[in-house]
Amino acid sequence: MHIDLRTVAIKPVRQTFDHIVRRFGDKPASRYQEGTYDLQQTDIFHYRPLWEPELQLFDKRRSKVEMKDWYALKDPRQFYYGAYTIARARQQEAAESSFEMIEERGLADLLPAEVKQLALDILVPMRHVEWGGNMGNSYITAYGYGTAITQPCLYHAMDHLAVAQYLSHVGLVLDGAEALDAAKEAWMNGALWQPMRRHVENVLVVQDWFEIFVAQNLVLEGLSYPLLYDYLDADFSANGGTVISMMTRFMSEWADETGKWVDAQIKVAAAESAQNKALISDWVKQYRAPVLEALTPIAARAFGDKADSVLSEITDQFNARCTKLGLVL
Amino acid sequence: MDMHAAKKKMSLKEKYAHMTRGLDWETSYQSPEKVFPQASFEGIKIHDWDKWEDPFRLTMDSYWKYQAEKERKLYAVLDAFAQNNGHLGVTDARYINALKLFLTGISPLEYVAHRGFAAAGRNFPGVGPRVACLMQSLDEIRHAQTQIHALSNYNKHYDGFHDFKHMLERVWYLSVPKSFFDDAFSSGPFEWMIAIGFSFEYVLTNLLFVPFMSGAAYNGDMATVTFGFSAQSDEARHMTLGLECIKFMLEQDPANLPIVQKWIDKWAWRGIRVLTLVGMMMDYMLPKRVMSWKEAWEIYFEQNGGALFGDLARYGITVPKCITQCTIDKEHISHQAWATFYQYGGAAAFHTWMPSDEEMDWLSAKYPNTFDKYYRDRFTYWREQAEKGNRFYTNTLPMLCQVCQIPMLFTEPDDPSQICYRESDYEGEKYHTCSDGCKAIFDDEPQKYIQSWLPVHQVYQGNCFPEGTDPTVAGFNPLAKVLEWYHLEHGKDNLDFEGSRDQKNFDLWRGMATKNT
Amino acid sequence: MSTVFIAFQTNDDTRPIIEAILADNPHAVLDEQPAMVKINAEGQLVIKRATIEELIGRDFDLQELQINLITLSGHLDEDDDQFTLAWK
Repeated sequence: MHIDLRTVAIKPVRQTFDHIVRRFGDKPASRYQEGTYDLQQTDIFHYRPLWEPELQLFDKRRSKVEMKDWYALKDPRQFYYGAYTIARARQQEAAESSFEMIEERGLADLLPAEVKQLALDILVPMRHVEWGGNMGNSYITAYGYGTAITQPCLYHAMDHLAVAQYLSHVGLVLDGAEALDAAKEAWMNGALWQPMRRHVENVLVVQDWFEIFVAQNLVLEGLSYPLLYDYLDADFSANGGTVISMMTRFMSEWADETGKWVDAQIKVAAAESAQNKALISDWVKQYRAPVLEALTPIAARAFGDKADSVLSEITDQFNARCTKLGLVL
Repeated sequence: MDMHAAKKKMSLKEKYAHMTRGLDWETSYQSPEKVFPQASFEGIKIHDWDKWEDPFRLTMDSYWKYQAEKERKLYAVLDAFAQNNGHLGVTDARYINALKLFLTGISPLEYVAHRGFAAAGRNFPGVGPRVACLMQSLDEIRHAQTQIHALSNYNKHYDGFHDFKHMLERVWYLSVPKSFFDDAFSSGPFEWMIAIGFSFEYVLTNLLFVPFMSGAAYNGDMATVTFGFSAQSDEARHMTLGLECIKFMLEQDPANLPIVQKWIDKWAWRGIRVLTLVGMMMDYMLPKRVMSWKEAWEIYFEQNGGALFGDLARYGITVPKCITQCTIDKEHISHQAWATFYQYGGAAAFHTWMPSDEEMDWLSAKYPNTFDKYYRDRFTYWREQAEKGNRFYTNTLPMLCQVCQIPMLFTEPDDPSQICYRESDYEGEKYHTCSDGCKAIFDDEPQKYIQSWLPVHQVYQGNCFPEGTDPTVAGFNPLAKVLEWYHLEHGKDNLDFEGSRDQKNFDLWRGMATKNT
Repeated sequence: MSTVFIAFQTNDDTRPIIEAILADNPHAVLDEQPAMVKINAEGQLVIKRATIEELIGRDFDLQELQINLITLSGHLDEDDDQFTLAWK
């Protein structure tokens, strides 16, 4: 027997789960809300972790930043897994077709030698910096507090892995596997990269997860992405290097999108209390100096005598961004 | 361009190696011990992380591509299911209680798996396992969310789903799955991989998902079939990760063998105890049965696990030592668990009932050695009593095992009429466990298991009442107050299926769809 | 020898995949269950890209198998041309 169940108009007993009702009232909830709010357990843990017996499995005391409600840190993109992967799949399709066209037609061979060398020297070693970004954000996913912030940090970690893989692909297109070996050698031993490597390693041992968020997602990305995917990218385009821009388009789009998410987190956390504001402002100041120091030799290689003015423009824009978020620098 | 035409396309293996291996480096500005502080405290020795073999070689771009396709398909089904009142197409409303057990007991743990794999993905010093763990972490949040999204529509229409996170942390039987994952996550990263990556994902997950989802298909629940099978497609990747991980640990150093074996013994038993709930679901909660718990156990544990352990024998690994007990238990545990939930049905967030004669015949056929001999008479008696209006509920709460936290309902291996109790002394206190398996786990790490937050002890200590409760007032009803603290709505979420709001609504709504009234 | 298996969702995408597997592995046994098809085989099971491509008339990437995969057992070895499950 076929039953046409559609024709039945029935009144639901409730609209959503109780923990969502307690926050937003009994009305239909979005998939982001049902898949995010209060998903992390907060009460009654059975055993103290062997790896940190003084704290609970999920514990607010893993950051000095304090929030009355950690779910105030919502994601303006409203990414749950499905929305996230579908958005990225669209972007990867565009990136894949760019790479395919460049490889099939040998477009990289048409690059001026100077432009190609610059990309090999500057972009390819950045894959290691991206891997550091992956590690920082996976740390936050594991030890942060509240799904609203830990969930997008995993997406961010995986995005960093993807960017590291896109940069590896750039190296392979430009100069085959040797490009990756040369970049690794420069990263480990080249003078140009040592301040950056030191900084990235220093962030790897930070314990406070919100401090990592500030150091990595706000400061390091906030200063390095404009330098590489805005200023340097413009130079590539102006000098016959459009092929490079095609291969890094994902990164410039991604920085725009994720920057808005990072801003939303910082703004809400800083507005919560004078203490948070002071703490985050201090972290920005603390990490801005070594990042600028690390970017100085890179900018010099990329922009020659314009390096100082490029870096100072980027710094000014970054400072203005932070001020707008309510920080005091 | 001839040169390019001649350039050979990179193979999958080469591409993955270039894209992933070599991203990491040996740190020198900070010591590796500081960067990876959890790498050595468990005693596992790894000499060369580069020996790790990646079983699935997914780069992020392919991951997004394939996963997005799965998500598009899945949400199309969920939308259609909700729009068409698909919930009215299930065999009968008793079935929905299996989903309640799933949402309250399993989905929140998918979430913990997500956090735990993120930690493993940060803590291993090798890039290969780290990337694989992070992809699994991403898959696990997918599973938590797709399950919540699929069951969201059931929550709108039926009781028992409405406060799953709050209940998981508090309700007595939900501490069984919760403490299992708390236990794994509070261990180090290598034990986590044996506990979840190997024992749960490889050895036991088929027993959870395949029967559950085939059961959903048999009972007309296409939304659940779809999320379940869609989740399982990631599971194949997770299983190969678990297997690779154990091989890697065993190949790296012979001193790892006894540690790994101990963890396998522990986690196989921990996992099997949790799966008691699945056994009960298969044998009692599905109106239309797929296969019995015992049959599923024989296919997915005895045959498949036998092949697996046969293969691992070359490293010196032996079959988990609980196997003898399990061979006896497979004939009993589903009946014992259902009998317990039936009696404590006043304090459970789903409905219970006694099987019909036809269902009992099926159970007899599937369990020729035990069902008629030990269970049928009791169940028939309870059913007759209920039909006469004497539905019986136990108003106390059962004593729990210190390790698995399941009520003391299992029987002695050599006497199915005798409840099994084991006892250990630690620092002058006595601790009770349900079996030799749980006692061995307790005795090996008593300092961990004395911490267990046992829901029934806590009730008796007065820790499970709403704030401001005064237990000294006249007519104080402790059980009612505990249910209130659980957010369990008495008369709606609990008690017998017969007479429940779920039953009435389902009949009413289905009647509207099939009759002209 | 031990049995390996692989299971797929039953749908239009997996029909040719299953046909290809059965053609390439004469010793394999088909087990049809609700919404799921399981293939059991003694020792090993090989899935060949070329056979699937012949049946579907387009390029096929073996990683596409993952979309409809439900479960498997055995050690996995995957390259561009084949996907092998085996107990060694």
